[in-house]
Amino acid sequence: MIPEFVFDLTPALPEIILAGAGLVLLVLGAMREEDGLKTVTPLAVVALLVAALLALTLDRQPQTGFFGHFVFDGFAGFLKVIMLAGAAGSLLVATSYMREERVERFEYAVLLVFASLGMCMMVSANSLIALYMALELHSLPLYVMAAFHRDNLRSTEAGLKYFVLGALASGMLLYGCSLVYGFTGTVSFEGIAAAFHGTDGTVGSLPVGAVTGLVFVIAGLAFKLAAVPFHMWTPDVYEGSPTPVATFFAAAPKVAAVGLFVRVLMQPFGEWVDAWQQVVILIAVASMLLGAFAAIGQTNIKRLMAYSGIGHVGYALVGLSAGTEKGAYGVLIYMAIYLVMTLGTFSCILFMRRQGRYVEEIADLAGLGRRQPLLAAAFGVLMFSLAGIPPLAGFFGKLYVFLAAVDAGLTWLAVVGVLTSVVGAFYYLRVVKVIYFDEPAEAFDGGADPGVAGVAAVTTVMNLLFVVVPGPLLAAAATAAAALMR
Amino acid sequence: MSDWPLLSLVTFLPLVGAAFIFFIRGDEEVVARNSRSVALWTALVTFLLSLLVWANFDPAQGGFQLVEKAPWLEGLGVSYHMGIDGISLWFVLLSTLLTVVIIVGSWHSVNTSVKEFMIAFLIMDTLMVGVFSALDVVLFYLFFEGILIPMYLIIGIWGGPRRIYASFKFFLYTLLGSVLFLVAIIVMYREAGTTEIPGLMAHNFPPELQLWLWLAFFASFAVKVPMWPFHTWLPDAHVEAPTAGSVLLAGVLLKLGGYGFLRFSLPMLPDASAYFAPMVFTLSAVAIVYTSLVALMQSDMKKLIAYSSVAHMGIVTIGCFTPNAMGIQGSIIQMLSHGIVSSALFMVVGVIYDRIHSREIDRYGGLAERMPVYAFTFMLFMFASVGVPGTSGFVGEVLVIVGVFQVNSWVAFFAATGLILGAGYMLWLYRRVVFGALTKESLRSIKDMRTNELLAFAPLVILAIWMGVYPSFFLDPMAASVNELLAGMAAKTGGTQVALW
Repeated sequence: MIPEFVFDLTPALPEIILAGAGLVLLVLGAMREEDGLKTVTPLAVVALLVAALLALTLDRQPQTGFFGHFVFDGFAGFLKVIMLAGAAGSLLVATSYMREERVERFEYAVLLVFASLGMCMMVSANSLIALYMALELHSLPLYVMAAFHRDNLRSTEAGLKYFVLGALASGMLLYGCSLVYGFTGTVSFEGIAAAFHGTDGTVGSLPVGAVTGLVFVIAGLAFKLAAVPFHMWTPDVYEGSPTPVATFFAAAPKVAAVGLFVRVLMQPFGEWVDAWQQVVILIAVASMLLGAFAAIGQTNIKRLMAYSGIGHVGYALVGLSAGTEKGAYGVLIYMAIYLVMTLGTFSCILFMRRQGRYVEEIADLAGLGRRQPLLAAAFGVLMFSLAGIPPLAGFFGKLYVFLAAVDAGLTWLAVVGVLTSVVGAFYYLRVVKVIYFDEPAEAFDGGADPGVAGVAAVTTVMNLLFVVVPGPLLAAAATAAAALMR
Repeated sequence: MSDWPLLSLVTFLPLVGAAFIFFIRGDEEVVARNSRSVALWTALVTFLLSLLVWANFDPAQGGFQLVEKAPWLEGLGVSYHMGIDGISLWFVLLSTLLTVVIIVGSWHSVNTSVKEFMIAFLIMDTLMVGVFSALDVVLFYLFFEGILIPMYLIIGIWGGPRRIYASFKFFLYTLLGSVLFLVAIIVMYREAGTTEIPGLMAHNFPPELQLWLWLAFFASFAVKVPMWPFHTWLPDAHVEAPTAGSVLLAGVLLKLGGYGFLRFSLPMLPDASAYFAPMVFTLSAVAIVYTSLVALMQSDMKKLIAYSSVAHMGIVTIGCFTPNAMGIQGSIIQMLSHGIVSSALFMVVGVIYDRIHSREIDRYGGLAERMPVYAFTFMLFMFASVGVPGTSGFVGEVLVIVGVFQVNSWVAFFAATGLILGAGYMLWLYRRVVFGALTKESLRSIKDMRTNELLAFAPLVILAIWMGVYPSFFLDPMAASVNELLAGMAAKTGGTQVALW
């Protein structure tokens, strides 16, 4: 006879694998101090991919564990697969950079595995406690990673800035959680959803205190999303941290934060769309506008990507503001495509190396079309995809979120979205202009690392071919969104 | 043969050729030579296949033919849906033909990044054929906006001194128009529950919604046509683009606007089209007179032809909104004629630009002495542009003017005024460039056209005369489709008059 507190751990298998792998790799790395990163990185990539594979094959029926604090459903499964694949990709591109910048430490891979564990738990969180714990587990490694180049002033500044602002955001989140708990009397998402239902099943209105708490939760999460007005840290942190770290930041954690954001708003607060819709719309519009206009003046490509990421979160939130299953569907498609585009662009940025030094100015790309046509073509494809020009993948992400917005009667929001995307197109075009129209500058170093080249090639091809085989992603996102609306 | 997905083959064969060129490696000289040959053969085979499309086309039917359908974005019910009718058939043929012509025409004149040049133009070929054969709005939009990418690169890489300004202006201006079209597509999808063009044509949109949708469509198509006052990107783009780019821009891309009006605005939103017709007439009449006057004053040959394009496209938009069989057939013929004639005129300018590297009219004069064949070719297309009877330009203009005369005689009057002005600036241009004494030192050693240039002009010369002498050959196949379009509109309109405010 199985005691009551022993439950099925299968739904948490990806997390268990990651936790175990993190601990083992830590010991292994400590034992092989001199060539730690070389041994640990491939193993960490394998662990991430195994976890992704598990998340892909697990039964998608919603299953809870850990006394209802943890849930595995189609939504969590979908996000885990893309996040872990993204994390593995951003680890693959890190090795050569770490070696050349002389920050070759195995802890990087271990931290990344633990951050990924936190991300997986974020999208599986089913209570306020789990939400907070997962968020912190994912944030703490990120603070360290931002400051990973510890002898570099900019990197330590980035880490500190990220930590201080992140702690503030955590505080707001926690305060919001406590208010919600105070007014609903429960931390579980199901409990909150059922809190104000009448006995006859009617949905009561949300008390002002709970709404206040909700707004604080949104603010805390918006920080993790890097959505306006909680975006200030992003450009500095992306610019200051080592490029592979920025790659990771821009890709997987953003997807995790969006996933958590969607789950919190759609599940416990799904009945009260009116209470949060305006806030999300405001954040979405502000992010799209800022992402479009602030990026125009940037000369550093990492800063440009930071603002571009802010804009992209704005577009994803357009889908969420619909507050419907279609909206969640759009967000999921958008984030999956965003992850691929961002990963690709950053791996292209990692090619920008002259005499062994990494360069980051957009002007350094001048004339790339004539000196390195293949890299230039990849850059071009990714830039047009980020701009949302069909037939590249980025267009479809936008199509689906705008579709959801119009369907929910928010046509004006879709109009704002497409107009800002025209402004945004300007700065992506400027990068293409520098690459193809300007006189060639000094060539970049040849002999790319196979990891970087592989990730760049795969992501570029995915952006090109999405139009031909959209089926798998669309079907997976559809089941994931349906799971959210149980 | 009819089981073959012929349209898809025509659409995507150039892409295969482009991929093939992409993998050509080796010495720069060898790469350039091989790229040219591969591009030429791909374009030729594509053109022959498009002739096969024509052979398989039944002109007696009004509906869509050679239809292909395959599931694509399944959750939305958006499918890969291709097919042509009597209207799009000609544009498909025009696109494939012009691609061959420009590859032959730029055989010797393009010497930098030949490989990329050929790839860009083959991709353009795919997108152009695709946009005219798409029977699903999302698919249409995909090709419609996808064209911006290669065209942006063509202007920016192989263009003139102000190419960067021109390429950005071209891209952002057209993108701004088309994104509103995207929102309109989404709203239509929500309203009608389908994105199939035949399904949308059959759907009755509520009159008030029609107005908003029409304006969103207009934002996109009016920029493409381009209609006054949305035309300012065109002179810049034309002047800075390389000859081949100008040819496609004038020959095919401008037709997308007119085609969009015929394919979307008229059949899907007939009430709004009737409501806004006076506005279109006004803008077009202004365009014809104003841009003709502007053309008179240009000192740059390409700019002059660009402004004349705006005037000629004004005739097209007038014809579209008459809306009667004569006007619409006239506007289609006018588009085809403009596609051939203005393309040829840009090539005419290109021929001497390649030799003297100047587009200033003042730098030339008396070319007839040294370049008799060139002078003859130029003359032919100059007459066709003016609309002299016996050339293609005459047919379209007459049909449109007669068509619009039944609706509004003032519009007909202004359109006809434009023709007179057109004769003015074209004849004057010809006199200054070709006639007179050959006094300029730099022109003494100028050579007449090469074989590849003659070959590139040959099909255009034949077509310009053929369309002028025997227009029914081109008009008959489109008659059934145009009648069906009008019958569909008549069945849907007749409702209450609507007002926006």
